[in-house]
Amino acid sequence: MIDKTRIQDTLSHQKRASLFWLLSDSWVMTKRSTLHIIRSLDQLLSVAIFPIMFLILNRYVFGGAINTGEISYVNFLVAGILVQMLAFGANYTTINLAVDLQQGIVDRFRSLPMASSALLIGHVTSDLLRNIISAVIVFAVSFIIGFRPSATAVEWLLVIALALLFTLAISWLSAILGLFVKSLEAAQWVGFVVIFPLTFASSAFVPTDTMPKALRLFAENQPLTHVINAMRAWLVGTPPGNSTWLAFVWCIAIIVVAMPLATWIFKRKTS
Amino acid sequence: MLTNKNIVNEGKFGKGKENYVALFLTPIYENMATDYAVVVKDLKKSFKNLQVLRGISFSVARGTVLAILGPNGAGKTTTVRILSTLITPDEGIAIVNGFDVQKHPKQVRSNIGLTGQFAAVDEYLTATENLYMLGRLYRMSHAVIKERSKELLEKFDLVDAAHRSVKNYSGGMKRRIDLAMSLIASPPVIFLDEPTTGLDPRSRLAMWEMIRQLKAEGTSILLTTQYMDEADQLADRIVVIDNGLVIAEGTADELKARVGSDRVELKLAKEDDIEKAHALMNGESVHTNTDRRIISVTTKGGITRLKEILQRFESAGLEVENVSLNRPTLDDVFLALTGHAATEETEADQHKK
Repeated sequence: MIDKTRIQDTLSHQKRASLFWLLSDSWVMTKRSTLHIIRSLDQLLSVAIFPIMFLILNRYVFGGAINTGEISYVNFLVAGILVQMLAFGANYTTINLAVDLQQGIVDRFRSLPMASSALLIGHVTSDLLRNIISAVIVFAVSFIIGFRPSATAVEWLLVIALALLFTLAISWLSAILGLFVKSLEAAQWVGFVVIFPLTFASSAFVPTDTMPKALRLFAENQPLTHVINAMRAWLVGTPPGNSTWLAFVWCIAIIVVAMPLATWIFKRKTS
Repeated sequence: MLTNKNIVNEGKFGKGKENYVALFLTPIYENMATDYAVVVKDLKKSFKNLQVLRGISFSVARGTVLAILGPNGAGKTTTVRILSTLITPDEGIAIVNGFDVQKHPKQVRSNIGLTGQFAAVDEYLTATENLYMLGRLYRMSHAVIKERSKELLEKFDLVDAAHRSVKNYSGGMKRRIDLAMSLIASPPVIFLDEPTTGLDPRSRLAMWEMIRQLKAEGTSILLTTQYMDEADQLADRIVVIDNGLVIAEGTADELKARVGSDRVELKLAKEDDIEKAHALMNGESVHTNTDRRIISVTTKGGITRLKEILQRFESAGLEVENVSLNRPTLDDVFLALTGHAATEETEADQHKK
């Protein structure tokens, strides 16, 4: 005969353990996504080559023509390139999620007794790793081409913290995009279409003062500009304005909205 | 954990088979469930305006193989997706190893292995890594996964390829690692959705052999197929579905019997003998083709009748060049039951997805 209390016990055991299992499943999925970075050549190349290309092109093509006031253009540029690279790196969640959804593997995961959000968490967490590699390359090349930061240890820590938080925010937004795009091509395309204009209409590559009024209004108040300004202030000592704390507010706000939303859409879309 | 193990050892879950699944509950519907791995009652499912399942019922007895046979768009995949908790039915009940798929999906997932139509394998990972990943997601311990992986890699002839990325595998190898992944947790119930579609004949035979082995180990298997010979070869029972309805159910022999009789076909050496032969079989259902020197006799007597006819011809001095006993194929069965051939595309097929 079935013992009702035993069922209750097992059910409550399961409930108590659910956070443990969520972490365990997420760890498994993070390892999986991380192996993808290491094993797929195009991901590795884009992680390494894009930052170098952008730094060098911007520094030597635009550098002479852009007036950045008291600081040198390379010192001005690094924060912008860094944030652009972080945004592109975080866009891999869109691409990888779209690939997973197209193949049978999501059905396999969903037929397992795992926490379904672990798949999203795995992709997002591996974006962090990819971006850490990217950031190290950006800084290394920057030093070579003349970047001389004035940041203190605390300011470096703030840069790292904001970089990670910004990556998480963009990754969770990317997860939402990844759930809607219909193909791999669309996933790549949508990232470029969103991220390129956003980085150009910001303080990433040029000071915003010379932009037309409407564009300037947008550029000065969008989250990327706050993140870039905050990092630039910590790295080379430009005046931060409100950007330092607004950057954190934006990132946290995006995560708080996008993370549950992505999880909810994922559960609905796949059932 | 200990109590869970105890439940398993009481033998409710299939033939004392070691079960590695961690989250185990006593079945709620245990009276219905003890003898059956799968019970499906009046299952209905529509996608938008298209009714894919229009009330199907069947059951899979423990340790047996049930084949769902039907053309594309008949509702085979939809049925498997409901049973593996990927989609919910609109109406009806589906119970897998004692657990209702709608009320206890997590428990169902701990009890099943699913192999879909397309290999659901991570191509960047090696076979070993794929197995390990699945094992962890089934919540198995490291030691057990290691042991079980080794066993599966050997069984599926993947030991040499175990540390290569699956990306470089052949189609047959991908299908093998795919099936191995479904088996990592030794689930008592396995769903195979068209396991041999797209495989070359050799890989197909190998897959059949693996399915037979699984059955021999006591696993309950539900497979879908559009191939008559596959159902005939593997299944203890066959459910024929068409347009979302069960149109016939039984063993392969029972289904064939519904179509009618065997046909004994004799080819004679001399054309002149055909008339004599016809006279010899006087009063029976006989069809002759004089040009091709063939006489065919419809009978329910099988081999015995065949021998008897041959003897009769021999004693009458008729020389027989060739003889065959033809049983009706499942293609004949499908044609007789549905009025159309199994491979014909249905309207539902075009709306699928």
